[in-house]
Amino acid sequence: MTTRAWLLSDTPASRRQAVWGRRYQGWLALKRNPLAVAGLVIVLLMLAMAAAAPILATHDPGAQNLANRLQPPSAAHWFGTDELGRDVWSRVLFGGRLTLGMVVAVVALVAPIGLILGAVAGYAGGWLDRVLMRVTDVFLAFPRLILALAFVAAMKPGVESAVIAIALTAWPPYARLARAETLMVRNADYIAAVRLTGASGARIVLRHVLPMCLGSLVVRVTLDMSSIILTAAGLGFLGLGAQPPLAEWGTMIATGRRFILEQWWVPLVPGVAIFLISLAFNLLGDGLRDVLDPKQR
Amino acid sequence: MTSRLRALAATAASVPITLFGLAVVTFLIGRVVPIDPVLAIVGDRAPQDVVERARLELGLDQPLLVQFWHYLGQILSGDLGRSVMTANPVTQDIARYFPATFELATAAIILAVLIGVPLGVLAATRQDSWIDQAVRLFCLAGHSVPVFVLALLSLMVFYATLHWAPGPGRQGILFEDMVDIRTGLLTVDTALAGDWPAFRDALWHLAQPAGVLALFSLAYIARMTRAFMLAELRQEYITTARAKGLSPLRIVWRHAFGNVLVPLVTVLFLTYAGLLEGAVLTETIFAWPGLGQYLTVSLLNADMNAVLGATLVVGLIYVALNLLADFLYRVMDPRV
Repeated sequence: MTTRAWLLSDTPASRRQAVWGRRYQGWLALKRNPLAVAGLVIVLLMLAMAAAAPILATHDPGAQNLANRLQPPSAAHWFGTDELGRDVWSRVLFGGRLTLGMVVAVVALVAPIGLILGAVAGYAGGWLDRVLMRVTDVFLAFPRLILALAFVAAMKPGVESAVIAIALTAWPPYARLARAETLMVRNADYIAAVRLTGASGARIVLRHVLPMCLGSLVVRVTLDMSSIILTAAGLGFLGLGAQPPLAEWGTMIATGRRFILEQWWVPLVPGVAIFLISLAFNLLGDGLRDVLDPKQR
Repeated sequence: MTSRLRALAATAASVPITLFGLAVVTFLIGRVVPIDPVLAIVGDRAPQDVVERARLELGLDQPLLVQFWHYLGQILSGDLGRSVMTANPVTQDIARYFPATFELATAAIILAVLIGVPLGVLAATRQDSWIDQAVRLFCLAGHSVPVFVLALLSLMVFYATLHWAPGPGRQGILFEDMVDIRTGLLTVDTALAGDWPAFRDALWHLAQPAGVLALFSLAYIARMTRAFMLAELRQEYITTARAKGLSPLRIVWRHAFGNVLVPLVTVLFLTYAGLLEGAVLTETIFAWPGLGQYLTVSLLNADMNAVLGATLVVGLIYVALNLLADFLYRVMDPRV
């Protein structure tokens, strides 16, 4: 029996076969959507490029060469040089590490916390639930960027503060989502059955409720990526994220913006990078939603 | 009707709790700030007894809860403290800067509705055609562009290359301070004064930042309109209307669109609230003297009273708009 036949079997013999069969079918459905595949390819490519930045970079991203400043794109400097003669291509690569690293850090902080808070609140109900929902209400009552600005103002501008500030503003939607999903399954028969066998509350939430939320969480995270990227870049642009000598896409645009009229490549190259990665995540998220979360269409 | 009123009352009752939460958040941010508010006022060369006196005057020697109580009292009486930068009360500053943001955001939402709604309807009526695909891609792209990059690009193309748009700012030098400020909205003020060249100039300056700001909301509105219309066009009454031989235009605009209007209005209010966020970045680039620019300049000068005051006001507007959206939804939709 080929792997494909095993995966597509209508009568899976084991749990594992059923799970992988479903995943494979999801993948097949996603593959039929050219835009989603394009998004996936761009995301993977840009992540790989950021990871391999030291290999792909042609110059040291911090190396200044004032004799060679604001040069147009050429064979030696593929994307030209900036106001200090630094190579824009290398800086964009290393900037990708910083920008994408910040975004990954935010998601790694926010998704588990929001998920667990939401699931616990939804499963426990009562005053715990009510208090948590009030707290998310308060956080959702600020536009994300403005709340993040205020948080950064309270700390010191920098990469860590930006990550913490964005994380603080980004968790409530995840908690809401997990709570809504939990409310849907909490009275299901299978939960009652698990409870009858004597499973503890923690076990029920971790093993039987949380996995049900994962599908919509993945969709939500992918669609949210673009907004997190734009917020991170916006903070950098306003001078509150990564600080100047560091190469971060938003910061690069902020320092290069006065050259927009003559040496457009200085601010536009990182701008296009932000646009591409954020569009790719949106395309991918849109495709994933159709596959993983058909009820939200 | 009574159940509707009760639901509305429940929503309204949750507002004070949210507002209380807003105050807690801004208060806590203000307390963890590394900048000593006392030094910000008296300067770091002040003698010890002056520092001590300022600390006592600010009530900083009291327990946190007491300080918070005072803070709440101040907010409720409309006192957001004094801005270190402008030396004016923050409320007065905000009142001066807010109209510019309001004008910008309103112009943007008008543009977004005028273009986004027809685009969404068009895409929905030709589902899966190339027009539909193009609109979908455009919406996703509009959602992915950083507004500050778009603003720079627009300045480069329309201002520097084509000379179609005027430069940054709200009006040309020739027209500055020519008209009395009544509403603070330059387009309205100049029109009221009957000064048409100045009106044209103000509108001219407004067009570019508003267009840039509009794209994000335009994409969102078009996307939601498309989704709502698709759901509506699948209903059976539409099939009936088709069977009756009604013209397609009449079916789409009178029957389907009429029913989409209610959720769409809700979306509009939520988008409008989101425009405040985009305004922060847009205003920075177009030197637009609005709330967003006030906020960022205060931030960079570590003027905490101004930052927290502006944040609180934006939060207030946000809550008010959400409440209004909820209210309109309940009033307009007879089923709720």
